[in-house]
Amino acid sequence: MTGDPSMRNRAVDWWVGIFVLLGIAALAVLAFRVGNLSGFQYGEGYVLHADFNNVGSLKVRSPVKLGGVTVGEVTGIRIDPKTFQAEVSMRIEPQLKLPVDTGASIYTQGLLGEQYIALQPGGMPQDLKPGGTITLTQSAVNIDQLIGQMVFSKAEGGSGSSGSGSGASAIPNPPGQ
Amino acid sequence: MAAGDLIEIEQLRFSRGSHRVLDGIDLRVPRGAVAAILGASGGGKTTLLNLIAGTLRPDAGRVRVQGQEPSKLDRAGLFALRRSMGMLFQHSALFTDLSVFENVAFPLRRHFRLPESLLRKLVLMKLEAVGLRGAAELGPGELSGGMGRRVALARAVVMDPILILYDEPFTGLDPISVGIIATLIRRLNDALGATSIVVSHDIDETFAIADLGFILGGGKIIAHGTPAELRASDSPLAQQFLSGRPDGPVPFHYPSNQSFLEVMGLGKLGGVRP
Amino acid sequence: MTALEFIPELGRVVRESVPRLGAASRFLLLGLGRVVHRHFSIQQWLRQVYGFGVLSLALMVVAAFFTGMVLGFQGYYALVRFGATSALGTLVALSLLRELGPVLTALLFAGRAGSALTAEIATMKATEQLSAMEMMAVDPLAWVVSPRLWAAVFTVPILCVIFDLVGIFGGYLIAVPVLGVDSGTFWSQMQSNVSFRGDILNGLFKALCFGLVVAWIAAWQGYSAKPTAEGVGNATTRSVVAASLAVLGLDFILTALLFS
Repeated sequence: MTGDPSMRNRAVDWWVGIFVLLGIAALAVLAFRVGNLSGFQYGEGYVLHADFNNVGSLKVRSPVKLGGVTVGEVTGIRIDPKTFQAEVSMRIEPQLKLPVDTGASIYTQGLLGEQYIALQPGGMPQDLKPGGTITLTQSAVNIDQLIGQMVFSKAEGGSGSSGSGSGASAIPNPPGQ
Repeated sequence: MAAGDLIEIEQLRFSRGSHRVLDGIDLRVPRGAVAAILGASGGGKTTLLNLIAGTLRPDAGRVRVQGQEPSKLDRAGLFALRRSMGMLFQHSALFTDLSVFENVAFPLRRHFRLPESLLRKLVLMKLEAVGLRGAAELGPGELSGGMGRRVALARAVVMDPILILYDEPFTGLDPISVGIIATLIRRLNDALGATSIVVSHDIDETFAIADLGFILGGGKIIAHGTPAELRASDSPLAQQFLSGRPDGPVPFHYPSNQSFLEVMGLGKLGGVRP
Repeated sequence: MTALEFIPELGRVVRESVPRLGAASRFLLLGLGRVVHRHFSIQQWLRQVYGFGVLSLALMVVAAFFTGMVLGFQGYYALVRFGATSALGTLVALSLLRELGPVLTALLFAGRAGSALTAEIATMKATEQLSAMEMMAVDPLAWVVSPRLWAAVFTVPILCVIFDLVGIFGGYLIAVPVLGVDSGTFWSQMQSNVSFRGDILNGLFKALCFGLVVAWIAAWQGYSAKPTAEGVGNATTRSVVAASLAVLGLDFILTALLFS
């Protein structure tokens, strides 16, 4: 209580210092162990583009993965006014070089999870340059379309024909029809 | 307007809401004097101190301290004026988180950058003057009322002010402490060549040390002069105040619109209702 | 008060609260601004950081621990129905980082440090210490108020970080050893779903805003209290209530701004 502001109160200084260190340490633990700060640093890396018919529920900052590992994130989605395709821009980590025939597909995490871009590396010797465009793309699967195709193909199969439904259908014909 | 007057007050008026606290005060305090301001409770004595210190602004009239009007100064000017004033508050107003030494050192630390050894000497000198050098390391909670008041006094004079204001310095103290404070007020005033204004109820102690006194009543100065002149005053209000009579110009009964007998059910004077 | 008297009373309250809010805002701006004043003391600031931070630490740690454990329990029983207990780590972490950490830290701060702050300043006012400072040409805003405002801004985010960490640990203790959630899943799912900038930093920003608001309300209530014993008590209760409500209201606004 006889605080002496002139003669710096050593105890107070010490405790405050410890307190601040505790806070910094806690922040560091949170940042690296709880968050994913040591992962991909947004801001570095180079930009690639890819055009899709349908981006589904892909969002800006959705992850870009290769073999299940996050190697980048989506930085922008816009409609190309000439081709009416959705042009997606993404930032890839700088150390990763991708061949020019790399493919990009939009997959869903789990059954109901958020959508992400999955890269399938190609085999060509040349690499994509910064600002380059991935040409092999597969759009997001649309659940409604899927159901529609299934119903349609079931109906078709039921009338004897083994033809598949319209459009590129990835669903095989039901056996025994 | 004598050149030797430190405080000049002309036709000062101040109201709180509809209540006229001060109604045309004229007052002059010469340099080096100890002036007493007496009067009934709530009579405006503390208000007068605040007007001199510049914490309140007059509604009309003028207050001048060493030629300057506190209410007309800007913040910087007011603070500069206050550095040459010291004030002792009614309950000491010591800073509870600082020791006795640090309380007295506070103004010095805030306004000057003194070498620690010099500051220490100045503070201890002032504490010695009030007789509390040995208590320098105590906390305010460990002091008796009288001791606390003395520390506050040391703090008020630590920067050698030219004007010292005392707000009821004797209230709540035992007779010995009252005597000590009174002696200190006079002694410090003369030693520093300062001017002091003491607001108080305590007539005997105050008159013992004051050069002149002013009695406030009804918002006006009803009597002024040296203590001897005041005691001989022929104003009934002054006489009631000085002799402590319970009833007189200041009535004993708080006004009511019914007489006591009526309230007691005894009817008007001179008749008993059936 | 009869129903008829209520309406003009309400009008009076509203009419008076606007200039009061203006005075309180001026108080905040001047109080923060006094940090560059010559009477601003780093020593005072340090002592306030000690009082706000170091002395609240035990309270925060205990509260965080229990909060995290409860989150672990409640989260588990909510997720197990969908077979989604792998998301428990994420649930605990995001709940704490985004909401419970900042809000609970601020509410506890308001109750413990805020009430003490109000009582301290109100008592200083009642015992004329603030007037004495003015008479000594020392600005009470610079000497008393400013260090306390800045100490709260500094301290509350630190308390929040510690709260978050202890809470997550508490959740972990319930989830893994007690409820049998897989440890690796708990942490890895959390890591991939917690964003440093989006979740951790935004939560800390909330804590900073809350700290400032609590200290502002607490200091203002003390500074404008009636200088009597009753006034001190009233101001203290009012400060805790007002600060708590302000934190919750501000939380809504900040959540909408930061996390939408």
